[in-house]
Amino acid sequence: MALKMVKGSIDRMFDKNLQDLVRGIRNHKEDEAKYISQCIDEIKQELKQDSIAVKANAVCKLTYLQMLGYDISWAAFNIIEVMSASKFTFKRIGYLAASQCFHEGTDVIMLTTNQIRKDLSSPSQYDTGVALTGLSCFVTPDLARDLANDIMTLMSHTKPYIRKKAVLIMYKVFLKYPESLRPAFPRLKEKLEDPDPGVQSAAVNVICELARRNPKNYLSLAPLFFKLMTSSTNNWVLIKIIKLFGALTPLEPRLGKKLIEPLTNLIHSTSAMSLLYECVNTVIAVLISLSSGMPNHSASIQLCVQKLRILIEDSDQNLKYLGLLAMSKILRTHPKSVQAHKDLVLQCLDDKDESIRLRALDLLYGMVSKKNLVEIVKKLMSHVDKAEGTTYRDELLTKIIDICSQCNYQHITNFQWYISVLVELTRLEGTRHGHLIAAQMLDVAIRVKAIRKFAVSQMSALLDRAHLVASSTQRNGICEVLYAAAWICGEFSEHLQEPQQTLEAMLRPKVTTLPGHIQAVYVQNVVKLYAAILQQREQAAEPEAAQDVTQLMVERLPQFVQSADLEVQERASCILQLVKHIQKLQAKDVPVAEEVSALFAGELNPVAPKAQKKVPVPEGLDLDAWINEPPSDSESEDEKPKAIFHEEEQRHGKPRQPEADEEELARRREARKQEQANNPFYIKSSPSPQKRYQDLPGVEHIPVVQIDLSVPLKVPGMPVSDQYVKLEEERRHRQRLEKDRKKKKKKDKERKGKPRRRGSLHTESDEDIAPAQQVDIVTEEMPENALPSDEDDKDPNDPYRALDIDLDRPLADSEKLPVQKHRNADTSKSPEKEDVPVKERKIKKPKKKEKKHKEKEREKKKGKEEKVGEDLDFWLSTTPLSAVPPAPEEPGANAVIAAAQEEGEEARREEPGDEEEEDEDERDPEKKPSKHKKKKHKKEKEERSKDKKKPKKKKSASDGAAEPVENGALDEDPLPPMSSYCLLAENSYIKMTYDIQGSLQKDSQVTVSVVLENQSNSFLKNMELSVLDSLNTKLARPEGSSVHDGVPVPFQLPPGVSNEAQFVFTIRSIVTAQKLKGTLSFIAKDDEGSTHEKLDFQLHFSCTSYLVTTPCYSDAFAKLLESGDLSMSSIKVDGISMSFQNLLAKICFHHHFSVVERVDSCASMYSRSIQGHHVCLLVKKGDKSVSVDGKCSDAALLGSLLEELKATLAQC
Amino acid sequence: MIQAILVFNNHGKPRLVRFYQRFPEEIQQQIVRETFHLVLKRDDNICNFLEGGSLIGGSDYKLIYRHYATLYFVFCVDSSESELGILDLIQVFVETLDKCFENVCELDLIFHMDKVHYILQEVVMGGMVLETNMNEIVAQIEAQNRLEKSEGGLSAAPARAVSAVKNINLPEIPRNINIGRNPDHEPGAC
Repeated sequence: MALKMVKGSIDRMFDKNLQDLVRGIRNHKEDEAKYISQCIDEIKQELKQDSIAVKANAVCKLTYLQMLGYDISWAAFNIIEVMSASKFTFKRIGYLAASQCFHEGTDVIMLTTNQIRKDLSSPSQYDTGVALTGLSCFVTPDLARDLANDIMTLMSHTKPYIRKKAVLIMYKVFLKYPESLRPAFPRLKEKLEDPDPGVQSAAVNVICELARRNPKNYLSLAPLFFKLMTSSTNNWVLIKIIKLFGALTPLEPRLGKKLIEPLTNLIHSTSAMSLLYECVNTVIAVLISLSSGMPNHSASIQLCVQKLRILIEDSDQNLKYLGLLAMSKILRTHPKSVQAHKDLVLQCLDDKDESIRLRALDLLYGMVSKKNLVEIVKKLMSHVDKAEGTTYRDELLTKIIDICSQCNYQHITNFQWYISVLVELTRLEGTRHGHLIAAQMLDVAIRVKAIRKFAVSQMSALLDRAHLVASSTQRNGICEVLYAAAWICGEFSEHLQEPQQTLEAMLRPKVTTLPGHIQAVYVQNVVKLYAAILQQREQAAEPEAAQDVTQLMVERLPQFVQSADLEVQERASCILQLVKHIQKLQAKDVPVAEEVSALFAGELNPVAPKAQKKVPVPEGLDLDAWINEPPSDSESEDEKPKAIFHEEEQRHGKPRQPEADEEELARRREARKQEQANNPFYIKSSPSPQKRYQDLPGVEHIPVVQIDLSVPLKVPGMPVSDQYVKLEEERRHRQRLEKDRKKKKKKDKERKGKPRRRGSLHTESDEDIAPAQQVDIVTEEMPENALPSDEDDKDPNDPYRALDIDLDRPLADSEKLPVQKHRNADTSKSPEKEDVPVKERKIKKPKKKEKKHKEKEREKKKGKEEKVGEDLDFWLSTTPLSAVPPAPEEPGANAVIAAAQEEGEEARREEPGDEEEEDEDERDPEKKPSKHKKKKHKKEKEERSKDKKKPKKKKSASDGAAEPVENGALDEDPLPPMSSYCLLAENSYIKMTYDIQGSLQKDSQVTVSVVLENQSNSFLKNMELSVLDSLNTKLARPEGSSVHDGVPVPFQLPPGVSNEAQFVFTIRSIVTAQKLKGTLSFIAKDDEGSTHEKLDFQLHFSCTSYLVTTPCYSDAFAKLLESGDLSMSSIKVDGISMSFQNLLAKICFHHHFSVVERVDSCASMYSRSIQGHHVCLLVKKGDKSVSVDGKCSDAALLGSLLEELKATLAQC
Repeated sequence: MIQAILVFNNHGKPRLVRFYQRFPEEIQQQIVRETFHLVLKRDDNICNFLEGGSLIGGSDYKLIYRHYATLYFVFCVDSSESELGILDLIQVFVETLDKCFENVCELDLIFHMDKVHYILQEVVMGGMVLETNMNEIVAQIEAQNRLEKSEGGLSAAPARAVSAVKNINLPEIPRNINIGRNPDHEPGAC
């Protein structure tokens, strides 16, 4: 043994270390690969030795080789060996190598789980640190699942060094194992307020990263972040938070208003450019999110633009670049402010730095208006000429097209000019964007009817000098424009002046050198032209001339028949045969033109790009359903190749089916027209401009200037866009004069009129440039019933979608992080630790709010001045807009109101009634328990008493961070976000409170959440809940257990700890309230021993608990009432002193209703039962009394509900 | 998130390659080469940002780099990172190297790639910024070096590269961020 060791160390003296390897490689420059393969052989030998030091040295060298591009995954096992070395030196080498070369596909990675777990719990912080760092690079879903709990524990490690690493790595864990997000989130949030700035920064980092992907789930953290923002001095943290706010503000306008001031202060005060820049960016995001009618924000915009101008003018190219980048964001919403700096942007176009030029180009895109488009494009064209390097030139080209075509050619007042610009662009040699130009030509020619004549003349000129264009024939090269030219000339041949000449140009032998797809279009359009010429000739009674054309076709077409391109060949052969046939007919003096033209009769309409997607699926059609039974698996393997033909056959068969006779077709057409007329989403092709369709792609109607006939426009030969610039200017000038004249007249007439805002002569704004005549752009066709919105932009493969997790749903027990209890001593932490996340697990989710509520909110907001900064709602309430996310962290969050922001607001003010009620709660078993006294706001009151055991946490909560509140009807989440926990039973050991929640998705199930609080000094375990089922109501038990078995509670309770368990009950009928008796049995264990204890209780299933708060719009509500299917009943309660506002809030809160509409002292409310019963209420407040009229699809249910309602109201 | 950190010299020789997203070795080399060609043709006096484009990820990614004497330090980051912040981070990283190697030069990086990695690991972890306070980073590195020393190190006397050493010569770059926090004011700094 000793000998072996000595031998080992002697061997080692001859081993190369990393430095020797590097030196060796440098000395073998000419045969590096050979030398390295030698070294790899040596390394392999070293890896076979027993000494871990030798192995570590070898692995270290491998890591270096990996950097040079050598695959070292073959040594994965040895790397694991080195990772498990006891010495830090070696361990670190192993983890480094692993972090460089391990990935999800590494099969031995599963062997590392226990080693990593061991290192994570190592007493040495650096062992732990190294393991965390390594794991962050190669964590797999399996590792994430197995280690999530260990890492979560480390988030509370005593050493900040470990804490910050553990916090950061959680993000990777979430990505790989999304189920861990909810259990770990509360602790992560806690770390936002960690005393160590590094840990805090890490937590901010992780949450920002999470929130960036799914911002709406994190809106509730806004107050906490706001606090951090105003208190932190760490610029890194500030930048992250400010960036995060940039992502949150679009979801919550009120947040934006709140942010403006502190951000503006930061902008003024900070000396750090990076912070300044991010502040500006977020202010921009805020301004974008706020509606534009905020006059007082123009100052903020000015401030941003002004600061950005300073950046852009800075000599530091980095600042210049970023300045332009941010400027382009402002541009989107406040183009006017940016347009003032056009000079600066144009100047940047000349910058030597290409990145800056590109950014400036981006800016130009948004700066154009009808007025300056021509000028800007002219400038860009001159850059195109100057640009060296095709990349930048191509970029310019695409930008010119983008700029001109944006928003459906919104800024183009003269399409002749545009066509000539496009034609000018065809002179560009070597561009890759020929197809873009071609697409534009086609688009304009098809959609702008008035321009066709001009377009055709230009296109025929282009075809005429095709030899110039076609000299470079690479794909997507400039020759692509010939595709468009040929098609336009063919399709709109009626506008051609010299069709014969164009026809000849298209039949030139040189054409055969063009790419196949262009030739194919040539062939097809030659026939269209031919048909047009035939028609002309026959009408002119020149049969000879007609025959000449046919002869020309017969002579020239064979060159296409010989084409190597199948498409060209096929079309040409067909057409050649056709023409030969025509020739025969012509020889017999049969008039053919009519029939030939009939081949191309009718117009081709453009179809909107998303038309197909927007066809709604007809009711009753399930696209996923099998038409035929799928073949069994066993067969499918062999039949795969056949399937292709199979399908094809079916497709051929299809068209035969829908052969309806003429009458039927006419009838259907009529019906469709009718439907279209009634369908608001159908886009009619009426010529009037319809503003409200502007959001839909391709459906606006845009005014287009018709050719101004007073100026002769037939420009022979090559068009030059400048000519049109002049013409356009003249036209505008004339227009202006005209207008002035009119204005003068007007002025004369009404001298006392209000003073004019702007001088009309030179401050001509966009709107002033009116096109001479309105010409409609042919609209693109959309399917009937096209759906107005498109939701199809989301990428289903987005890895972050898995993290779009609702963080407010209560944690189910199944959601706990897996803990491996066996095998590992250190996972058996006290249950207390495991419970920590549970304590604060429910986070309420921000809900989108209905607009309706805004009005009300506004009223209510008036005069609310008290309780500064106590909760998010108030926090945001300095602004009139609505919709706030709540933000709770405590478990009680569950007990927060939904549909009633009234509640959120009003309850927080000291309403005597409410307050008293809250205090009663502590005694009254019907109410939620609470130990908080007055002056605490609602949220806190609702917290369960255990919260007081966490004073520190509590404090942070009341500091304004995450407070609950409010929020509108939930339109997505069927879970009732409000509930009140009632006392179920209590003895000296344990206190049980419960809440019943229904879900619209499960029509006969309710979930009973029971909070169990250990009130004793004993350790409670083996808890089991048993219930005596009734016929109607049954406890869902694990499979295989009998009706007498209890359901075990999946946790244990150390002294003073509480936790929540959920039980599912199935209900058959929900029309009456029910009670179930049950028992909780458990073992209480203390120092003296353990005793078996029992606690009886009675679960009360009120009818209210079957209701689920569901939003309802007033129109739907009205329809429902009109339907007449509902039975009706009323109650009246006297002696009510509570304000109507609070009354409604109470109904919303306790009875799961949402307010549909409220007028003075009358409100309509709606709710829905889990079985789909609609419940409508009309609540009217008289003097000291309240009457409630109810309508419901079930009379019995309504009766029970009103009884319960009465009981509640009686307390008011 | 930081997707990759690449350090290579004026000839494109990689000195440190750290990807936070899995790419096979040959692709890694290709990315290093392409990145090198992208930054090589840029003058020193133009902006330090490059739209990454086809390299890693999509349009969301940017290359942010700094050029020191013979070395390029390139960070590939997505839009959640502040551009100027990352520039400062590069500076912090290089200054930390300078402190740990006492006048760092390219040779230090060549012969001690492993140590450079260890230093980087204290700055960036799994693609996220871990620590920006140089004193804190250096303290942790030194503590780990002491630990390694107490274990006897990998080999008794690590050969230190001493030869014609060309210092990187850190230029005075105006700091955008006041990154360095005074540890005295940090509660809980250990």
